[in-house]
Amino acid sequence: MTTSASAPSETRVRRALRSSALRALAALLFVLLIGVLFNADGAFFQWSTHRDMLRHISVFGILACGMTLVIITAGIDLAVGSVLGFTAVLFALLSLQLGWSPWVVVPAVLGAGTACGLASGTLVARFRLQPFIATLAMMVFARGLAKWISGGRKISSAFQAPDGAFQYREVPGLFRAINSKLFGGNIAVVTLIFVVCVLAAWIILARLRTGRHIMAVGGNEEAARLSGVPVGRTKLIAYGFSGLLCAVAGICQAAQEQQGDPEAGATYELTAIAIVVIGGTNLMGGRGGIGLTLIGAMTIGYLEKILSINAVGEATRLMLTGLIIVGAVLFQRVRK
Amino acid sequence: MDELRMSRIGKSFGGGPVLKDVTWELRPGEVHVLAGENGAGKTTLIKILAGVYTQYEGTIEIDSRAVRFRSPQDAARLGISAIHQDTSLVLSMNVVDNIFLGRELPARGGGADFGAERRRARDILARLGLDVSLTEPLGSFPVSVRQMIEIAKALAFEAQVLVMDEPTSALNDMETARLFEIVDGLRAAGKTIVFISHRLEEIYRLADRITVLRDGRNVVTAAASDLPADRLVTAMVGREIGQHFPVRKAAPGRTLFEVRDLFVPDPSGVKAWAVEDAGFDLRAGEILGFAGLQGSGKSELFRGLFGALSSPVRGRVVLDGQAFVPRSPAASISRGLALLTNDRKVSGLVLGLSVARNVTLASLPAFSPRGWLREGREREAAAAGVRDFDIRVRSIDQEAGTLSGGNQQKLVFAKWLATGPNVLLLDEPTIGVDIGAKLEIYRMMNRWTSEGKGILLITSELPELLAMSDRILVMHRGRILTSLDRAEATQESVVRAALGKVGHA
Repeated sequence: MTTSASAPSETRVRRALRSSALRALAALLFVLLIGVLFNADGAFFQWSTHRDMLRHISVFGILACGMTLVIITAGIDLAVGSVLGFTAVLFALLSLQLGWSPWVVVPAVLGAGTACGLASGTLVARFRLQPFIATLAMMVFARGLAKWISGGRKISSAFQAPDGAFQYREVPGLFRAINSKLFGGNIAVVTLIFVVCVLAAWIILARLRTGRHIMAVGGNEEAARLSGVPVGRTKLIAYGFSGLLCAVAGICQAAQEQQGDPEAGATYELTAIAIVVIGGTNLMGGRGGIGLTLIGAMTIGYLEKILSINAVGEATRLMLTGLIIVGAVLFQRVRK
Repeated sequence: MDELRMSRIGKSFGGGPVLKDVTWELRPGEVHVLAGENGAGKTTLIKILAGVYTQYEGTIEIDSRAVRFRSPQDAARLGISAIHQDTSLVLSMNVVDNIFLGRELPARGGGADFGAERRRARDILARLGLDVSLTEPLGSFPVSVRQMIEIAKALAFEAQVLVMDEPTSALNDMETARLFEIVDGLRAAGKTIVFISHRLEEIYRLADRITVLRDGRNVVTAAASDLPADRLVTAMVGREIGQHFPVRKAAPGRTLFEVRDLFVPDPSGVKAWAVEDAGFDLRAGEILGFAGLQGSGKSELFRGLFGALSSPVRGRVVLDGQAFVPRSPAASISRGLALLTNDRKVSGLVLGLSVARNVTLASLPAFSPRGWLREGREREAAAAGVRDFDIRVRSIDQEAGTLSGGNQQKLVFAKWLATGPNVLLLDEPTIGVDIGAKLEIYRMMNRWTSEGKGILLITSELPELLAMSDRILVMHRGRILTSLDRAEATQESVVRAALGKVGHA
């Protein structure tokens, strides 16, 4: 850490940059500036562009909220994409194929997702598996579950009538409700669900004792343990919450696709991690916050949206995204 | 090599001199014991000898030729090898590869000549009388064997001078005896062995000559036969107790904490007891000091009593008149116990969290009824803690890691006192803090005992132990060997007991 005195104005800038939130915001503003410059003939200035960006990023953002808690405990959850796939299939199966009431289906699916998270958490907290290994195993296992309960097929409302013809049942109202837009078509319901998840994660992290435990465990597990923090339970809660949000995301995904795809969510874990990291939450644990993740989600969302409205090809888009992730993370480290 | 001479060696860290004008010489075929208290400068001196520290005053001469090592490899080339515990070994690699690590025997056409390495390794191990599989990864051997491999490595490098820094601290009696035989053999072969130990019986078993460092100076170098144990101990601790300790008036009250027949499992997972059959009483208002060497079980005793070890302790404990089973830190805290560990950065503070959040970390339930944080109350308490303990901060939202060592230590104290403890287990409470902060800590300890709290104290600084303790229990190899009253405890009597000698010489 440098202690050398510098010009007052410079120190103010430096101090501002030392705040993770401001640095994350700076990265977001930078991306927005790119959007202003490459606005695709004004498309960037239309609300529908922003609405669609928010809608598109919501599922990833929901996953990133749970991921944030896990990463702050100095862990990682690689299983979020697979658990999303599993819960999306389960949701489609129970409501589209079996026609259960949403009042039963939603709690059941949320419970299933939470159970997956708790299983990962148990492996980490009780059996002391490295989070990477434990959740890698869960990632593979949950994908298998998704394929098993779906028979490897996409689960839609189609069914085969006795005469062999395919017919479609009416899609339940819940699917249409989640996939709709409110306020004159200006806000997608999934975006509102994302906002609720952000709020829930924020409450846990900033307002509940558990959140403080999460910060302490990630910052120094031994000091936390000796201070009476229930380390195992804290990790269990973080992974369990991540699993719960996977199920929320799985429901949203299934509703948007009007089906349960056993392949849904593949590689989503990587986007979720990228969102958390670009926001500035430290992968070593102990530092970070949900506000950062919200900013990170917008940064990634806008980045992809700007590239797509400018009709940048997928190959270039992926390469640019990779570069920007590196740039953002290096930028976060400037203070050291 | 005939003689190695270090002349007028001086070394400072951050302005504080650690070595002052030290001169000593090493002869072939001798075991030269380097003795002194913790912090006397022994480790610094041998790190200069082994090429670890390259910035120092004074000269090193080998056979009257001045040399200056730029790295440990440099020192090794000139025949000086330091044997650390495990540090230069790769546990996942096998015995041969470890011995030749960094100096592989070259094969024609590049690469290493594994056949030749194997033959040399077998040869050296035979000389050491060590019969181990050459292809097993080193991690599968006990610490004692690894230490032998370190010695083998030094021999493979053709070392003339072998430095062993407390090599027996991790060995049992049999392994120690084996090591001594090897040292005898090396001496007979004309090697020089620099041996650091705190244990008197080892010193006199091995030493040809002894050099004593105290406060960074060479107090005496003499043949072992000319320096009997009592003179050695006096030479080691000979400094007077400073006047910087506040006067301690003890008025012990009712019994607060009773420990009987306590066995504490070894935290490293070895099937052994780190503490055996310990028993003592702590009264309200009393400071009970614990003395003993590294590895005597003091810290394990504290951790065991606090419920901080993964496996449970065995024995009977009565706290405040009620039976107490050390189960978990949380349970111990709620019963009024506090454990200040001996490493604030590793186990005391969450350095990335703010000062305020560290203050309340151990008393969080009080600030979060039904799980909801009351940040207003929390910040008030944190501000009060910062004020009471005179912690110098810019803001209570400052990260704990940005504080100085003394302020960090006071922050740990603030954290524990916020839990309202009755019994404080203090493991090295003044480690790495300056005199001013030490003084404040002593005054606080006196204040707490006058309020009726009881304190168990571990400190490796003898003057501190003698000045602050009302009674001193001396531990040796996991057992409480003896109990000394404040009146009868002297530096000599404590050191003698810690070295395993009971009674008066």
